[in-house]
Amino acid sequence: MIELLALLFGLATLAATAWCPPRLTRVLGSLLFALMVGVVSRFAFGVHVALLAAALAAVLALRFFPPLVLRRVVFLVPALVLLIFSTTLLMYRAPGNPFANERATSPQVEAALRAQYGVPKNASAFFGIYMRRLLVEGTLGPSIKVQGRTVEELIAPAFPVSVALGLLALILSVVIGLTLGIFAGLKKNSLADHVSMALALFGVSLPSFVLGAGAMIVFSLWLGWLPVAGWGSLRHLVMPAFALALPNAAIIARLARSGMIEVMQQDFVRTARAKGLPESWVIARHAMRGTLIPVVSFLGPAAAAIMTGSFVVEVLFAVPGMGQWFVKGAINRDYSVVLGTAIVYFGMIILFNLLVDLAYSWLDPRVRSSDA
Amino acid sequence: MRKSPLQLALQRVLRNRMAIGGASLLIAITLSCVLLPPLLGLDPNHTQPSLRNEAPSARFIFGTDTLGRDVFARVLVGGRTSLLVGIAATAVSILVGVTYGAVAGFYGGKVDEAMMRLVDFLYGLPYMFLVILIMLMFSETARGDALPVFLALGLVQWLTMARIVRGQVLTLRHQEFVLAAELIGASDARILLRHVLPNVLGIVVVYGTLMVPSVIILESFLSFLGLGVALSWGQLVADGIAVVNPIRSYWWILVWPSLFLGATLLSLNFVGDGLRDALDPKART
Repeated sequence: MIELLALLFGLATLAATAWCPPRLTRVLGSLLFALMVGVVSRFAFGVHVALLAAALAAVLALRFFPPLVLRRVVFLVPALVLLIFSTTLLMYRAPGNPFANERATSPQVEAALRAQYGVPKNASAFFGIYMRRLLVEGTLGPSIKVQGRTVEELIAPAFPVSVALGLLALILSVVIGLTLGIFAGLKKNSLADHVSMALALFGVSLPSFVLGAGAMIVFSLWLGWLPVAGWGSLRHLVMPAFALALPNAAIIARLARSGMIEVMQQDFVRTARAKGLPESWVIARHAMRGTLIPVVSFLGPAAAAIMTGSFVVEVLFAVPGMGQWFVKGAINRDYSVVLGTAIVYFGMIILFNLLVDLAYSWLDPRVRSSDA
Repeated sequence: MRKSPLQLALQRVLRNRMAIGGASLLIAITLSCVLLPPLLGLDPNHTQPSLRNEAPSARFIFGTDTLGRDVFARVLVGGRTSLLVGIAATAVSILVGVTYGAVAGFYGGKVDEAMMRLVDFLYGLPYMFLVILIMLMFSETARGDALPVFLALGLVQWLTMARIVRGQVLTLRHQEFVLAAELIGASDARILLRHVLPNVLGIVVVYGTLMVPSVIILESFLSFLGLGVALSWGQLVADGIAVVNPIRSYWWILVWPSLFLGATLLSLNFVGDGLRDALDPKART
């Protein structure tokens, strides 16, 4: 009951950030940003550097950050706390617990284990311990199932793997999608247009693991060009990155095509042509911006889809990334692993959405003026 | 005689060969999934240890799997779950999303802002997380039951619908016919139900059709990760992937469910695109 009230209170706080006045947003945003920088740099460099970095971050944010970023930070920190809290509640609701295994554990042993790992029977008590660990001790806590390791030790080698895979997939999907889409949009109703849109529809319709399994059979088992699964060389990266990229490339191609067609009918394109600019210049300089806007606004959701889609692709290709830890953690009820990966994913998605927003205001002058 | 916009839209859909082809294929797949197993007496769980990994033949037209179960029966029965989950989760998300979006858009201002903050928060979460966590809650109580799957999927899918409907209602809110209804003293509920919602119906139908395939994909992800609860296409594909190896490939275990899954998703997308082109003249290019 109290947990439910706390959840409602958290949601209300989150909604209340909508009413935060500009000056309060600036101060609060800078403080919260400093807090984040402090906690993160403490993981990496220790307490002294963290204090210095936090102070520096606060000053920098207060003086130079655009309001858009600060508003996002004010929203982000309560959202993160709420994420941790609601995830904890959900995990405690799930049947089973991290200490239930095949051999029956005596109540005394279980109590001792619970005390050792800081996993009390009560969800809000666990939340308290977890937050204290995160903020005061600067750790994501010990893993319950992988003995003798902390969650940050588990995530640290997996994080760059997931980021490399995700970034490559994102770049691939943008390059493939834009090329197909712009080409199709410029030659509307040509054969090339129909072929690329048919390809795009196939891309949207096939789940990435079906695509990946097909590629596995063709390229590694029949042709023997690429390794079946695993990690280590660039060749290992090819199939998972394509499997992740193609569904999103398909959506980007469709967005770019319709954006291109719409932009080419605009007055400013006609003006540019009337000035006697060469067609390639008209497209590259004038039409591109308008085409990119819908694509860029899709990149936020696309990044989220690629990151969460990577759960599946990582499992399929045995890539040692974070997705595996999340799935394993969830199945084993390894609470601290689930929370740790959740925090990292959430942070990455928020960061990405912020970058998209900034790119958006750079591309579309109308957004920029209304935001100032 | 002048044709109503609805008739014109229907005409446009009927002229779209892709959409018609997709719809027919979809009906064919659905009917065979629903009708064939009882008619032919197919049992997806009947194991025959002597007939393991049989290649497709006259007796087992899709072959048998590693436990000697009929792949044809499994594909058809698995299709029921996938289609049911797709449709039911879409229905849940339309119900929740339209209500939420309509209320937020209709009242506007601070109410809207606060309600949309919540949507933004949930949107920012990696949705697979929520789904996986919700699935865990049901993991032991609901073996073989599809209900928790579509509840979980519906609960994350409604966000998109809420955003779309809210945007539409926000613009409709200030049009003359809504003001007129307000002036003659109609209640909020009446205005919403009689004047605003019929105008967003088109876009809801279009995005609903496009939502079904994404729900089916999401469900297949879950089954693939071993978190699904019922026999579905995703689970069958996962089974098929598990037996792929360089020495001997039992391709039929993987290919048939993948084919059915792909064909269904493709035709749903054809139908959705056809409806969008027909109902939204601006998107037609």
